[in-house]
Amino acid sequence: MTLRTYVITRILLTIPMVLLLLTLVFVVVRVLPGDPVLLHFEKRADPEVIEEFRHRLGLDKPLWEQYVDYLWGLLHLDFGKSMQDFSPVSVQIFSAFPATLELAIFSMLVAVGIGTLLGVESARSYNTPKDHTIRIFGIVSYAIPVFFLGIVMQIVFGIVLRWLPTGGRTYPGMEPVGAYIKLPFEFFGIKEIHLATGLYTIDSIFEGNPMKFIQALRYLCLPSITLGLVLSGVFIRLTRNNMLETLRMDFVTAAKARGLKERVIIYSYALKNSFLPILTMMGLQFATLLSGAVLTETTFSWPGLGRYIFTRIGFRDYTAIQGAVAFFAIMVAIVSLIVDILYAYLDPRIRL
Amino acid sequence: MEKEEKPKGIIVGPLIKLASLPKEGWAGWIVLVGIIIVLSMVIITIIGPFISPYDPNAFHTGPLFAPPSSEHLFGTNHLGQDMLSRVLCGGTTMLQVALLSVTICFIIGVPIGLFSSYIGGNLDKVISLVMDSIYAFPGLVLAIAIAVMLGKGAVNMALSIAVIYIPSYFRIVRSQVLTIKEMAYVEAAKAIGARNRTILARYILPNVIPSIVTVATINFADAILTAAGLTFLGWGVEVDIPDWGWDLYYGRQYISKAWWIIFFPGLMIILLALGFTFIGEGLSELLNPRLREGK
Repeated sequence: MTLRTYVITRILLTIPMVLLLLTLVFVVVRVLPGDPVLLHFEKRADPEVIEEFRHRLGLDKPLWEQYVDYLWGLLHLDFGKSMQDFSPVSVQIFSAFPATLELAIFSMLVAVGIGTLLGVESARSYNTPKDHTIRIFGIVSYAIPVFFLGIVMQIVFGIVLRWLPTGGRTYPGMEPVGAYIKLPFEFFGIKEIHLATGLYTIDSIFEGNPMKFIQALRYLCLPSITLGLVLSGVFIRLTRNNMLETLRMDFVTAAKARGLKERVIIYSYALKNSFLPILTMMGLQFATLLSGAVLTETTFSWPGLGRYIFTRIGFRDYTAIQGAVAFFAIMVAIVSLIVDILYAYLDPRIRL
Repeated sequence: MEKEEKPKGIIVGPLIKLASLPKEGWAGWIVLVGIIIVLSMVIITIIGPFISPYDPNAFHTGPLFAPPSSEHLFGTNHLGQDMLSRVLCGGTTMLQVALLSVTICFIIGVPIGLFSSYIGGNLDKVISLVMDSIYAFPGLVLAIAIAVMLGKGAVNMALSIAVIYIPSYFRIVRSQVLTIKEMAYVEAAKAIGARNRTILARYILPNVIPSIVTVATINFADAILTAAGLTFLGWGVEVDIPDWGWDLYYGRQYISKAWWIIFFPGLMIILLALGFTFIGEGLSELLNPRLREGK
């Protein structure tokens, strides 16, 4: 199978997966006992008001019709209307998403960085106190509630030491706007392009503003280290087990016999073998990362999707929750698609 | 490292084998430490109401926000409640929720896994697809969605946590059964005309149990963390029972002036989750000899 056929097959296979995940969300919110409208009003509203409310949100239609509407809407990136103010949920989701993405990327970097480093160290000093300490660190990181670690970080680095900010995405007024690139010629009436990703670190680079970049990084520090640390345990174990197996292989012995330095053998020979499993694990951990992000964002007042869900729970805004959860489902499917394609690209065996 | 390979004994003969755990090396120690932590947490929770110095729900047992002192060992919170008493009594909800959700997972996940993989065919494919999609979903997000729909309460919380962990049981059981059902002794049982029920219960299930126990202990830790997360997001069990999760939820507003309100309950949650994780990690290593060989 060529890479192109593989990619096309994989994309086609993603469709039933997305459909299944979206159906799951629908089943949870609409079919499970508990009427969203009644719950929203906490059972204290006139029947007429409730009826009108249902009608405006399309909740008075038969279930299958609601289901079709829901899927049809999602196909047009319509995530439904908020129960609170009838505003489209998609607008809020798309404005909150870059914050979550930025947090997710940096946390993943922290997790993989710490995980590989400690994992390699642990494997190198197999069955010594150092190995045991690293492994216990890995297990402990797994058992710490991410919000508790976040609060401890806030107390230590934010309140006591005053090194880093404890909440928000950047210093008020320092939000980067991205770059405006003037086109050399008019293209269908467009004279300039607004280049902005919504990721503050990248937008501040586009803007060429180092102060904004530093501020964005400072605000990212605590949340991403918190979430990264909690996720690092999995990568420590993965790297350690992989390295233990790799270090026993013939090419490592051969490299040793040729007199190569241990550091070179480990970091440029052996670690390469661990790269694919780490990539797979990054894909698998993405869902866990999103769960952690909900709690991390709430702890650090990070204005992302997780915090959006949190505030919507407070308003009992069930349609908004449904929309946001559906968005999470689509994200998970897309990421697993990307990881699989990357994997196939890097390891031709998978396409056989 | 000891070369003994008797992993199943550790689960079957609990008390006598406990003492011999350290002989199994690092993994054995981890399991033992985990068991000790979990047992002491359970004991604390059971005897907590009898040994706590104050009524955990009584207001103004001392000044508000009193720092740890000889009178209030863990300080007091924003209502003047004694934190030591709240820590001693606060594990009930979390343990109940975790136990209930693990039981539900076990009762639903294991049989489905057994039958689905044993029967195979299209039914197995459909069930696997559904389970995989639940498994792929961000657990907490799904639990939030289910919990807000079902409403507050310990049982509902346990149910919403159970739903997200059933696939773990299903997957582990399924992957094991797929190997075991090709074994010679299963073939032999079939050949002598044993009924499917007998084969599943007498020949397959016993071989799957060790892996299930490992998953269950990890599941316990996950359930505790998810329950704590749900409570932290304001979706806990709202009752007059002291709960570590609630202390974290309320104490969060006062972290700059009273760290002790969240610190001690948080520590208890970590210890409880850590105990189960230790057991799970240790067991999975004991049951998987490939990891033990080392260099």
